[in-house]
Order: sequence, then structure tokens, then C-alpha cells
Amino acid sequence: MMRAAALDGSLVARVPPTVAHRALPGFGLTMGYTLLCLGLVVLLPLSALFLKTATLTWHQFWQTVTAPRVVASYQLTFGVSLLAATINLFAGTLVVWVLVRYPFPGKRLVDALVDLPFALPTAVAGIALTALYAPTGWIGAPLAELGIKVAFTPLGILVALVFIGLPFVIRTVQPVLQDLDREYEEAAISLGASRWQAIRKVVLPTLAPAIFAGYVLALSRAVGEYGSVIFIAGNMPFVSEITPLLILTKLEQYDYAGATAIAVVMLLISFVLILAINLLQRRQSRRGQ
Amino acid sequence: MHLNRSHQTRRDRSAPRARRNALRLLAGILACMLLSAPGVALAQAAPRPLLNVSYDPTRELYQDINKVFAAQWKQKSGQPIAIQQSHGGSGKQARAVIDGLDADVVTLALAYDIDEIATKAKLLPADWQKRLPHNSSPYTSTIVFLVRKGNPKNIRDWNDLVRPGVSVITPNPKTSGGARWNYLAAWAYAVRQPGGSETKAREFVTQLFRNVPILDSGARGSLTTFAERGVGDVFVSWENEALLAVKELGPRKFEIVAPSLSILAEPPVALVDRNADRKGTRAAAQAYLEFLYTLEVQEIIARNHYRPIDKVVAAKYSKEFPALEMVTIDEAFGGWGKAQATHFADGGVFDQIYTPGRH
Repeated sequence: MMRAAALDGSLVARVPPTVAHRALPGFGLTMGYTLLCLGLVVLLPLSALFLKTATLTWHQFWQTVTAPRVVASYQLTFGVSLLAATINLFAGTLVVWVLVRYPFPGKRLVDALVDLPFALPTAVAGIALTALYAPTGWIGAPLAELGIKVAFTPLGILVALVFIGLPFVIRTVQPVLQDLDREYEEAAISLGASRWQAIRKVVLPTLAPAIFAGYVLALSRAVGEYGSVIFIAGNMPFVSEITPLLILTKLEQYDYAGATAIAVVMLLISFVLILAINLLQRRQSRRGQ
Repeated sequence: MHLNRSHQTRRDRSAPRARRNALRLLAGILACMLLSAPGVALAQAAPRPLLNVSYDPTRELYQDINKVFAAQWKQKSGQPIAIQQSHGGSGKQARAVIDGLDADVVTLALAYDIDEIATKAKLLPADWQKRLPHNSSPYTSTIVFLVRKGNPKNIRDWNDLVRPGVSVITPNPKTSGGARWNYLAAWAYAVRQPGGSETKAREFVTQLFRNVPILDSGARGSLTTFAERGVGDVFVSWENEALLAVKELGPRKFEIVAPSLSILAEPPVALVDRNADRKGTRAAAQAYLEFLYTLEVQEIIARNHYRPIDKVVAAKYSKEFPALEMVTIDEAFGGWGKAQATHFADGGVFDQIYTPGRH
């Protein structure tokens, strides 16, 4: 039947082979829907961002995005975000290991707790963390006596970003470790590998893509985070002022183009950063093979 | 089956497909629209309620006023009227109106924000502020200090705020309307001191902001920092917020200090002509704004800790609102447009305070 159809020139011209041969129906509808929604939800706002920025001259654009205060905020935002994502990478992987490999009472509860930072409105998280870490708070007061200030310093921003980023690493790594057959480790050990070698050579390489994916998610979330950070940061120029706040400040002055210019730069830095992480991860996994 | 199909002509096969494709597209658009539908559906409901777009701390004030107005309007016109309120940072609210929020009236923290609605979106004439009495401000307020009980740092006036070791809480003037009043009041004080000048005033506010450890983005955030987190010795605040804080958080914890000189804050109100005309609500909206100047509402205003315009009501509440010398934005700074450009625009005086090397 296929052959007959292929011989019939007119039919071939009308129905592209990729569509005619697809076993799963509904490609046209789902693909159309995907493109339309992606276009409306993602591409349209993004192109508006670039269009608005394009109303600036190159000189104005450069002045806006390289102002010393703005540059200081990039350093803070990306520096603290990278640090927070790295902490989450280790802490998150550890939590996953405990949740998947050890049975203990209340495990389901702990598992559910992990999602809390996802579900909590970020402003609420920010206010709660500030209350805890402020000089009058439960954790802040004893720390203040040791001379450590957390709330209203960059350290406070780190605390907030670790909090909101943690579930990203855990929820991406957890299913992969669950699916990992223990027989591989047992085989490695029965072939003479030590426990540490089994983890390093068998478990971690399998988890690596998921860990990196979680890392990138936690990082992207941290870079764009506003709600939770704003309450705990103190927002002092050159010290604890994050880039999203500067964008908001520009908007407050009705400087839409200035705001989108900074946003575009943030987007570009994020893009380059994520691209670099992905390349690094690909090289790493190739070397592993 | 395929024989059957291959005998069909191109035209009768492509017509249904085109229709099918159109249907698919329609289905996709509908599905996407469904996600954003609730807002659309609500806006269609009749009769049209009034929408009052206001700033943050007026929530309770307008709740009280709306109840009374709705009752009176029904009595007068025989028609029920609902009044919706929207609150947020003054600048953010103005931006929402510029971007299409259907406000019939705006009641914001500063004239500059309504000026922006007039110039950017042309929703009301540029001379809007002349249309109602008292610069279109049915109530005023001023800037005072909130200090901890007993005033341990002995803060009496603006010059106490620049003393070393005094920690001052104020929101960021770049993001908060209230903070702009704070900053300008401090500036006006410095200019009017013996030997005062613009240069002296610049030094004064620079020194003042060196004593500010945290810049929250809004007035309520700063109040939380001061009252709940225990940071700072003095909170520079709207008078109405300070009075509310003492009432709500306890007179045993805080007290109010009035400086020797402050600024007359005039939060203005305006009809948004183009929106009201389109919705057919002009009569009701205009009546609503004029209603704010009546004795009855002036009383409500005073009870909500704003200074009433009406002299009789003001006299009645004089204990709560001590007389103090106040400059106006027009006489001291030549209006909001100028003050904004000189002090708060990018690269303006406030930004220079935070330029490196000046720390």
C-alpha cells in the first residue's frame, strides 16, 4: 500500500512522507499548539524585550548597562547565584542519597518538605528568613553575638537563594537514582572495586547529567529571583543590591528601555553561563566514557 | 481504500484539509485564550463599577469612604454602585494605568505619578491638578520621625539624624514615593538652616544616607524593618503611617517626634477622563472625587490619620496633628517634575550619594 502510494506522484506531493509515515497520530495538532503557545508565551514577550531595548542608541545602551552600580549588581547577582547553586549541588545530591537509599521513619514527610520552597510564595519565604536571621531573630540573635551578620548582607542573599534553589537539584536527581539498579554497584564491588570506587565510577557518572541539569535550573532560578531576596538583602547600592531590583528601579522612573536593556544583558550572561556549563558537562561525560 | 483516495481530485481533498487546519488553529488560539479568560469575563459584567487605583497605605481609608459614598449615591440616583479598590506602590499603580488598567479615578502618593499618566498615556489633560480644590488634594500629610519608646538617642530634629552612631531607616527614594518626601523634607531643612545652601544640603543628605543601613523598596517594608526586626533608632515616615504604627503596634513601644520643619505632602486625586468616558462612568466618578471634600468624608479622613483640608475638622483633631512649619514642593523645589529630574532621575543627586569614593 505504501509503495502504491509512493508511486502515485500527486499523492506524494500533497502528503509529505514524514507526516504520512508517522505511526503516532495528532502530530499536526500538537505541533501547531506547541508552536502557537511557545510563540505567545515565550517568544512574544522576549521579542518585545529586545524591541524596547532597540529604542536606545548604542551609546545609551552601553551607558546604562555598564554604569558602575549596575556592574556591581551583576557581580553580586551572578556571584551569589553561582555560589548558591554550587552549595545546592552538593547538599541536594546528599539529600537525594539519603532519601533514596536509606529507609527511616518519617521519610515521606521529609520528602514532602523538599517541595516547600516550590510551593511557598517567595515573598513569604523572604519575610520568614528575614525574621529568622535578623539581629532580633532566633538564628540571627546568637549569630550577632558571634559578630556574624546574615540578614541585610550578601550572606542573607545567599541564604535565600540556597533555600529557593534546593528542590531543583533534588527533584531532578531523585528519579535517576531511584531508577539506578543496585546490581551495577554490586557487580562493581564483586569485581573488586571499593565502596568509594563504586560510587565514583558507577553511580556518579550515571547521576552527572541529572545533577548538572538541576544545577542549571537552580542557577537560573537564583539569577532571576526577586521576591525572597528583596526582604533579606538590605538593598544597599554597591553592597547588596541585586540586578532585578535595579530593573525595578528603572521601571519606577518610567525608564522602560533602560530596564529592558539591563534585562537583555542579564539574559545574555545567563545564556552564556548555561551554555558553558552544558559544554563542560558534555566534555566531562565524554571523558567518562 | 487507497484506490478510492487517489482518484479524488486535488481540490476536493485540499478544501476540507484547509478547513481542518483553520479549525486546529482556532482550537489552539481558544485553548491559549482560556488560560487568560477569567479577567476578560469579569470585565464584561454590568453594571460597571468604579475603579479607584490608589497607593499602599490608603486601603483602610477608602474602604471607609466607599461604604458611605455607595449608600449616598444609591439614595441620590436610585442606582446601586460598586467601587473597586486597587492598592500598591504609587509608581507601580501609575504604570498599570498607563499600560491599560481601567481606572476611573486615581488617588496616588504624588503628583508626579499622575503627571506621567497625563503625558505618557494622555488619559487626562495636563492641567488635571487645577480641576479640584487644594491642588486636587482632599487630604494632606507630612513627614515625622518614629522613635523607640523614651527616645533613647534623644532625636529631636533633622540634624540629629546625621549624628554618628544614629541609625536611620527610610525606604529607597528611587522605588518609594514616601521616601522621596522624606528626602526632600531633609533637603528643605538643610537649605533653611543658618548659612544653608544647595551645597550644604547635598552634604547633609549624603551624611544622612550614610546612616541608613538598609534601603527597603517601600514604606511598609521599612516599617517592618524598624518595628519588627528592631533595626535602627529612627524611622522617617509618613505621619499617617506613624500614627497607625503607634496605634497598632502599641504606644508602649514607639513614640512620634515632629521635626522643626517638614514638608507638606499632598497626595492628589484625579479623574481619568478617557477611561471614565469610555465606560460611561464620568458622572459617578466626578461625584466620588467631589465627595472627598465634604465634611463627612473629611471626618473619616482625620480618623484615618490623614490631615483634613477642612479647617473645622482640622481644628477638632488638632491634638493628633500638631502645627508645624511645612514647606511645599512647589515653593521649595519648583514642582515635582523639577524635583524628580534634579534629585531622583538616573545620575541625579541621590545617585551621586552612592557613587563610589563618596562612601
